[in-house]
Amino acid sequence: MNDTFELRSGETHIEVHKFFPGAIVAVTVAALVFQASAPVYLPKLEILDLPLLVTIYFGLSRRNPSTGLLLGTVIGLLQDALSGPTVPLGFYGIAKTIIGYLASSIGARLDTEHPAARFALTFGFFVLHQAILVLVRRLLLAQPEAWFNVHLAIAAGVNALLGMVLFLLFDRLRRRQ
Amino acid sequence: MVAIPSKHKSLALLGGVLLAQILLLAVQIKRDSRGRLIRVWAVTATSPFERTGAWGIGKVRGVWTHYFALQTTSRENEALRIENDALKLTIAQLQAKAAEADRLAALLNFRQSHRDVPMVGARVIAASAGTASRTIEIDRGERDGIRRNMAVITPDGAVGKVIEVFRDMAQVLLLTDKEGGAGAMLVGSRIQGPVGGTGEPTLIMKYVPTDEDVKVGEKLVTSGMDKIFPRDIPVGTVVEVKAGNPFKQIRVQPAAKIDRLEEVIVLLSQTPVEFETEAQSTQTGAQNPAAKVPAAAAKP
Repeated sequence: MNDTFELRSGETHIEVHKFFPGAIVAVTVAALVFQASAPVYLPKLEILDLPLLVTIYFGLSRRNPSTGLLLGTVIGLLQDALSGPTVPLGFYGIAKTIIGYLASSIGARLDTEHPAARFALTFGFFVLHQAILVLVRRLLLAQPEAWFNVHLAIAAGVNALLGMVLFLLFDRLRRRQ
Repeated sequence: MVAIPSKHKSLALLGGVLLAQILLLAVQIKRDSRGRLIRVWAVTATSPFERTGAWGIGKVRGVWTHYFALQTTSRENEALRIENDALKLTIAQLQAKAAEADRLAALLNFRQSHRDVPMVGARVIAASAGTASRTIEIDRGERDGIRRNMAVITPDGAVGKVIEVFRDMAQVLLLTDKEGGAGAMLVGSRIQGPVGGTGEPTLIMKYVPTDEDVKVGEKLVTSGMDKIFPRDIPVGTVVEVKAGNPFKQIRVQPAAKIDRLEEVIVLLSQTPVEFETEAQSTQTGAQNPAAKVPAAAAKP
C-alpha cells in the first residue's frame, strides 16, 4: 500500500497522507487523557480542546469524509463519556462528527499544509464547533447559552495557535515514501 | 445495482451518524414534565398519524355501518318492528284494561252508593247481529234473579229493558231500538211523555203538545209510569225541538253511552234509584258518594 495518494482536482493535486500504525489511536487517547486530566491541575487549560484539534488535523490530513466523520464521532463520544454524567452521550459527538466531515471535505479540496491556512481553518472550526454545541444545548437540552462571547474568541485564537504548533508535530507521524 | 457516488455515501454516513447521536441524546435527555425527549418526539411524531388514522377509521366504520353493513340492521329493524307491534298490542290491552277498571270502579261505586236497591251487575257479551234491531246480550240470567221487563241502566242513565231471559244470559232491548222506550219527563217542566228509539243513536220524546215550552238542553228522567224503570233515572238531554201538529218533535241524546256498552246494571226491583245531578257532580265530584242528592229531591 502506498503511503501517500494524490487527489487531482483540476490543475491542483493534493496528497492524502498515511500515518504510522497506531498513531491516530495514540494521539487520540493522549488528547482525551490530557483534556480530562490537565484542567484538574491547571484550570486555565480548560480553554483548550485537544480532541477537537486532533479531529481537525486528521480530517484535513486523511481527506476522506467518511473516515473523518467517523473519527470525529469516536473522539466526540469518548469525550462525552469522559465528561461526567451531566454531559449526555452525543453532545460532543454530534459537533465533532460534523467538524470531522467538514475538515476532511475541505482537506480534499484545499491545500491545508500551510500554517496560516491551518490557523484560519482551526479558528473557524473551533467557532463552528462551539456554535454546534450551543445549538444542541438550545434545541435538544433546552439549556439557554450565549452564541458568542469574548471568551469564545480568545479560546478560538488560543486553540488555533496551539493547533498550528501541534499540527507540525503531528506531521512527523506521517509515513513518507 | 446503481452505484452510489462516494460523496453521497459520505453524506449519507454523516446523516446516519448524526441521526444516531441525536437519538442517543434524546434517549438520555429527560424534560421536566414531559418525560424523556425521545418519548416526546415519538409522541409528537406519531400523534398526527394516530389522530388521522382514528379519524379515517371512524369515517370508514361509519360509512360501513350506515351504508354497507345493513344486513344486520334490516334484521334488527324487522325484530324491532315485531317488538313494536307486540308493545302496541300490549299497550292497547293495558289501556282497555284500565278503561275497564274505570268502568267497573264506577259500577262498584254506584252499587255501593245504592246498597238498598237490589241490582245485579252484568257484562255485555254480544250485540244484535244486524242493524234492524238494537239489542245486547248480558252474561247474567235467570240464575242471577233476572226476569223479563227488568230495567237495565248504567251509572250514566237508562239503557233499556230485559226482553228475554235464559239460564245464564239475557237479552236487553235498548232504548234506541224502534220497539224500545221508557216513560220519561222533563226535569224542569215535569212534562211527561214516552221516549222511544228510532233505530238511530238518538231518541224521540213523543206526545208533547205544541203549546208546551220545551227548551234545548233540558234534562229528561224516567217517570216511573212504565212500571219498568224507577223514577228519576236520567234518560237524556233535549238536543232538538221542532214544532209539530199536534205534538212537538223532540230529539233526545241518551244519557247513557248506549252505543258503547260493556258493563250494565240490571235493577231487580222498581225501588227508586238516586242519581246525582250534573251540577252536583261538578260541585262534589265523584269521590264523595255521600254527598249525592236525589234528583227527585231537586224538583220544585
